[in-house]
Order: sequence, then C-alpha cells, then structure tokens
Amino acid sequence: MSDRAACDGGLHGPWRDSQVIMTRVRIRLLILFLVLAGVPGAASAQGAAAKPAPKPPSNDDCLGCHGDASAARANGTSVSVPGNVFGASIHGAVGVACVDCHADLAKTTDFPHADKLQPTQCATCHEKPAADYYTGVHATARRTGKNPAAATCADCHGSHDIRPKSDPESRTHHSKLLDTCGRCHGNDEIIKRGRIQIGNVVELFKDSIHGKALIRSGLTVAPTCSDCHGSHDIRRKADATSRVYRATVPVTCGKCHEGIARDYWTSIHGVQVKKGSPLAPVCSSCHTAHEISRADVPGWKVAVIKECGTCHEESIKTYRDTFHGQVTALGYSRVASCADCHGSHTIVPKSDPKSMVHDSNRLKTCQKCHSAATASFAQYDPHGDPSNRSRNPLLFYTSQFMKMLLFGVFAFFGIHTGLWFTRGMQLKAARRLRGRGKDNSTEDGDGQQPR
Amino acid sequence: MASSPGNAPATMTHYRRFERADRLLHGFLMFSFLGLAFTGMPLLFSHEAWAARLARFVGGFEAAGNIHRFCAVIMITVFMIHLGRIFQRLFLRRDLGILWGPASMVPQPNDFFEMIAHLRWFVGLGPQPRFEHFTYWEKFDYWAVFWGMGIIGGSGLVLWFPEWFSHVLPGWLFNIAMLIHGEEALLAVGFIFTIHFFNGHLRPEKFPMDSVIFTGRVTVHEMLEERQAEYDRLVKTGRIDALASEAAPGWVYTLGRSVGTVAVTLGLVMVGLILFAFFSK
Repeated sequence: MSDRAACDGGLHGPWRDSQVIMTRVRIRLLILFLVLAGVPGAASAQGAAAKPAPKPPSNDDCLGCHGDASAARANGTSVSVPGNVFGASIHGAVGVACVDCHADLAKTTDFPHADKLQPTQCATCHEKPAADYYTGVHATARRTGKNPAAATCADCHGSHDIRPKSDPESRTHHSKLLDTCGRCHGNDEIIKRGRIQIGNVVELFKDSIHGKALIRSGLTVAPTCSDCHGSHDIRRKADATSRVYRATVPVTCGKCHEGIARDYWTSIHGVQVKKGSPLAPVCSSCHTAHEISRADVPGWKVAVIKECGTCHEESIKTYRDTFHGQVTALGYSRVASCADCHGSHTIVPKSDPKSMVHDSNRLKTCQKCHSAATASFAQYDPHGDPSNRSRNPLLFYTSQFMKMLLFGVFAFFGIHTGLWFTRGMQLKAARRLRGRGKDNSTEDGDGQQPR
Repeated sequence: MASSPGNAPATMTHYRRFERADRLLHGFLMFSFLGLAFTGMPLLFSHEAWAARLARFVGGFEAAGNIHRFCAVIMITVFMIHLGRIFQRLFLRRDLGILWGPASMVPQPNDFFEMIAHLRWFVGLGPQPRFEHFTYWEKFDYWAVFWGMGIIGGSGLVLWFPEWFSHVLPGWLFNIAMLIHGEEALLAVGFIFTIHFFNGHLRPEKFPMDSVIFTGRVTVHEMLEERQAEYDRLVKTGRIDALASEAAPGWVYTLGRSVGTVAVTLGLVMVGLILFAFFSK
C-alpha cells in the first residue's frame, strides 16, 4: 500500500495549512505517545492475561516489508516506501502512523495484506481543506465525470513525502507550486486529454512579468498560481464566487497592487464594474491573466490600443487617422496612445474636471510630449473625424473637396490615358503593317526608320 | 523624313528642349519625391502589413521621418530655386514670354481647344493637333506639382513644427493640415506614378522611355511629329538653328535610362501597393 496510484485513486480529503496539521497532529501524537509508551510496556510483559483487540501494525512493522527498495506486488509494480522518505515528510516527522491514513489496515492481522486497499481519507484530519476542495473545479470535474483524472490531494501534495508548504522542498512551496500545477496545466498532452479549456497557461505565465519575477528573480513576493486562484477552492472564472470572477479580479489583483486598485475603483471603469457592467474592463481585460507584461514595453503599449478599441470603436477609428494612430499602427510606441492622454487606472469621463482631457487639463496633457505647446495647439482634435460635419465642419468640407478633387483628376486622366493608349496601339499596329508592305514592295525603301 | 534642320550641319540631329539646370532640378525632384513617397505612404496605409514592413525596412518610423524631412528639404529647395529662376527670367531678363504666348507654361484658351482636338483624335474624329512648346497635359503636370508643392509642403511644415505654428495658427487647422497632406500626397503619388509616367514614358509612342528629361534633347523626328506648331514658329522666327544640337553623349543616355527605369519601377511598385490596399479592404 505504498504506491502513488492507490493514494491518487482514493484520496478524498486534501489538507491545508501546516498549522492546522500541526495542531491535529499534536493531539494524535499525544494519544500515540500514551499508547506507545504505556501499551508496549504492558504488551511486552509476557503472559498478560486478557487478549486485547489485535494490535494495529506499527510503522516499523509496515516498513519491515515496504522499507525494502525491492518491495513489489505480484505484477512487479513497486510498493516500496523508503523509510527516510516518509521520515522526512511532515507526517513522518510528527509520528503519524501508516494506519492513520491506510485505516483499513489497522484491523488487518493477515499479512501480507490484500493488494487493493480502501482509499486514504485525508479529510479525516484535514476537514476544512477537504471541504474547500469539494467546492473547487478539480473536484467538480471528477464528480461530473468531465475529467476523472482531475487533481486530488496527492497530485499536488504528494503522498508519503508530503512536506508543509513552508518547506522549500515541498511541492506546494511558493517556488515550486508552478511546477506542481504545471504537471497538468503545463503539459499539452494532459491539457488535450483532459480538455482543459484555458490551455497551456503555465507556459504563458512563465514569460509574464509575474513568472519572470518568480522564476528568474526568485522573488517570493511575486504571485504564483494560488495567489490569484486560491488553493483548494479553485473555481472557474464564470463562477461568481471565484477569485478570478470578472468583478472580483480587481480585488484579487488589489491584494498586492493596492494603490492601483484604489485608483481603479474611482475610475469610470471601476465604477461601472461595481455597478455590475458586464463590459467595463477589469485588470485582466487590458493586462491579460497569464501573459501580464510590463506596461512600459513597446509591444504592450501598441497592443493595448486595440483593447480600448474593442469598446471605443469610434475613437480608435478616428485615432488611426492621426499621426499618433498611424505610428502606433506601424508598431512603434514613441507617440501618444490612449493612456498617454486619457490616463489608465484613473480614467474618468472628459466632463470630469479630474480628466486629463478636460478642457482645463488638456494643454497640460499635450505638454507632456509637446513641451512648447500653446493654448491654440490644444485646439487640435486628436480624434478629428472628416466624416462628422457637426464635430469638425471645416475638416468635413475639406475632406469632401479633396475626395472630389481626387476623383475628378483620376477619372478624367484615367479616361484620357485609356483612350490615348488605345489610339497609340492602333497607330503602332498600322505603322508596322505599312512598314511590312514597304519592305515587300521596294527593296531599298526610304531607309529612314525613326529611332 | 527630315534628317537635318534648316541650314545646320548634318550631325545636328537633335534640338535642345530643357536646360541643364532644369534637368538637374527635375533629377532632385525625382529623387526627393520617391523618398517622400516611400517614407510617407506607410503612414497613410499604416493598417497594411506592407506598410509596417516598409517602415521597418527603412529603419523604423523615426528613420522614416528623418528621411521624409530630409527629402522635404531637398524638394523645397528645388522649388525655391525654380521660383528664383522664374523671378530671374521675369524681372532680370525681362522674358515676359513665359507669362503668355506659345512658349509659356500658363494655361491659355488654346490649351483647351487642343485638348478637345486631342480627345477627338483619340477616337478618330479628327487629325492630331499641332502642339506648341508645352502641351495642355504638360501644363497640367506642371501646375499639379506646383500646387502640390504649396499644399503638401505648406501643410508638411505645419505638421513638422506644430508648436511653433500654434503661435500663429489655430490648433484645429492641424487636423486639416494632416488631412490635406495625406490626401494631396495620395493624389500626387497616384498621378505621377501612373498618368505622368504614361504621358512621359509608357505611352506607345514613347515606350519604354523618353530620355528628353535626362538628355535635354529631342530628335528632329520627334520635334516634327509632336510639336509642329513650335517647329513652324521657330523656323518662321529664325531661331530654329540656334536650338539644333548633336545627340547627347552615350553615357547620358545610359545614365538617364538607368535612373528612369529605377524610378518608374519604384513608382509602379508603390502604385501596386496602394491598389492592393484599396482592393483588399
């Protein structure tokens, strides 16, 4: 009863914080201590009269067989549990007995025991984490049969080698969790087989600013999976109770980015989200979830314009007609994009005196780049629309004039050129015919071919 | 076919048409126009993949901007020199003939009638008109560029120095400057790279190329075929012999043909890109 498969298949109770474990374990330890300290003494006294209930096998008993590296089932699969591995685990360290988890062996007297054992029940001790787990996406996937291989306790925590998450060697340590989640969420084969819709997020995350900070810079303050998704109660983003539910995303991000979250909730977008708008952007709308990059890199600055344009269609259309919009469309970020004039997390409507494009602030905003700009300069319309007569009357009429001019010139000269070409080809053909006739009739000809 | 004009020696197979300074100015105009077109059109068609590739090819938008402004300075200089030469002819040499008359670039009623006659000839309703020194389409070419220089150059300067111009111009005019700079440039590029190329080089009579702008000379045959009115006038006034010349040196032809081929090719490529953008929308 040592191989992982048995644990994986049956575990139904995950655990949680090591403190809780420690407390529970301390109580168990006390009981164990009493039993181990008192009973062996009595038991070793040969000839104790009354025959008590069969004594459960001790860890040493189990390791007597399973401690052997070559211990295997009849079919050859290993059932070895090296004593040092279990000893180094949190359960080993605090003296949890094998039979505490493999409870059905506590009453077994017939060894070697059966191949097939009851699933271990983590929930016996770890009630809260287990309860949380059952509300999560992994348990749901198993229950509904959508993905019978979805993660259980042992998939993330291990089995005989479980360590507390504070231990740098633990699978759930901050620095290791990405790899643990990545065993499935970073494995294309498993993603395909398990039909995990979100795809290979671990690969995306590794290149994100959070991933780089975590992996390359070794920053323990950088978030890993569980910081946004939780650990046992991971829920789908469509679930209103999820940490990554649309309207909750700013709260989740705000756990670290507190100042920005504070700004955001005062912005028009934050206010709309709070009101329940299904369209107003949250953090991930612009920054993405797993591919978050620095906001000052050219690629991001250029790409996020499109994001604003998904709602502000009219504005992006008119922006693209300006020098600013054209340069960014070519992929260069040195000119103004949306956030440079409108702000980002503090964005408010133009009518709000706090707005960067409010009449009283606009010149200052222009001067961020155009330091010598005058009040007249700020009369420029960065979203001028040549097809909007009421907003830009002169631009409208100029545009109409230019359209007519272009049409007129190309129409006239198009016809002119077409006719001329036809006539020219006719003459050329006629001349060639004439030339041939001449060659046939007179041997010398006039000899004067135009050059 | 006349092999030599008037009393000139038999080696005089050509007539001079353009002065060296004009040909040089046209050369700089060509060069700067191509530079402006290839660095400006990517902005106007910034949504096209070829535009981004072209911008990257010339070294990014900053480099493209620098080339654009460099070429603009050359073109403005060409324009200024041209204006200076007109001024000189008009006020210092008192050559009032450039204002009106057969050798003038100024459109005159006669141009309109010649245009009608030319169109009639296209469809076989009349004889080919007898043209003077400048035909109506050549005058259109000239004034289109002249107008374009003012409009595109002026708006371009406003867009180059918006902060300075904001002292004297209202900011909303920058929107109009931006619009006409682009639209007028599209007109200029479209016109030069199709109509002007056709009229000058690609029409069947000239195909593949008319070297006159490079050599400054037309053959006697061309003179008689295309500008009878001018020829008759020059014979009548006795100035024809003064214009007679030998053929230009071979290297001038070679250079002209090479430069012309490159320019026409580049221009047609640009037209192709623009048409692609229009039809792939």
